[in-house]
Amino acid sequence: MIYSLLVLSSPASGLTARTAAEFARCAIARGHRIHRVFFLDAGTTSAASNSVFPQDEGNPALAWEQLHEQHGVELVICIASALKYGMLDDTEAARYERPHATISPAFTVSGLGQLVDACANSDRLMTFGG
Amino acid sequence: MAAVEKKQILIVIRHSPYGSSLAKAAVDVALATAAFDQLVDLLFSGEGVLQLMPDQDSHVMNKQNIGRQLASLPLYDINHVYVDAQAAERYQLDTTRAPFNIELLAPQDMHRLMVAHDHLLGL
Repeated sequence: MIYSLLVLSSPASGLTARTAAEFARCAIARGHRIHRVFFLDAGTTSAASNSVFPQDEGNPALAWEQLHEQHGVELVICIASALKYGMLDDTEAARYERPHATISPAFTVSGLGQLVDACANSDRLMTFGG
Repeated sequence: MAAVEKKQILIVIRHSPYGSSLAKAAVDVALATAAFDQLVDLLFSGEGVLQLMPDQDSHVMNKQNIGRQLASLPLYDINHVYVDAQAAERYQLDTTRAPFNIELLAPQDMHRLMVAHDHLLGL
């Protein structure tokens, strides 16, 4: 089955964002495909490259990076939310004259069209958080 | 976007208009989904019905006016707008002043509506 995920909450609050990454990992292990993970609102902070979590909590961005690198999972953060939460790639950092990018390169910044496309091309869309 | 099979999408709007940034996100998702030529229905449920309050003035809060954004919905191709009847009653919402045609739904009808769609987007 083809799944897409919509992540609405921050990995810094609650467990939902981490559960989403775990769901993706397990779905792939069971032979399903993850078409795309779309991060909206506070969910965009999953892409943060400068967050520092306590050592015994692990790094939530790492779980997504592994999904991207090992399984080619596409990770897209909503541009309107990303800007408000300070989640900038090189292009947006340059456009808004900020000193540097603040997201992991495993993530791309794009628009809501990517969420609509994910709905249209997936058997199931799973929402996490909100 | 490549031509793809159209899915029936139900967007469930659950947050009050100025209590969470997810309220505006839900409206943005609704408008974007309709703009990309998908089959979209909306359901305002729980606190989400407060987004339909008439005469919203968000100026003092320095926030964009969600009521005004919703008023542009008829310009988009959104099929049906449904409202949680219990919540509308609880919040004493004057549904006759909604900016578009709405249909009030009892809980069992909301359940039926959700089952009838391919995708649910709850924001």
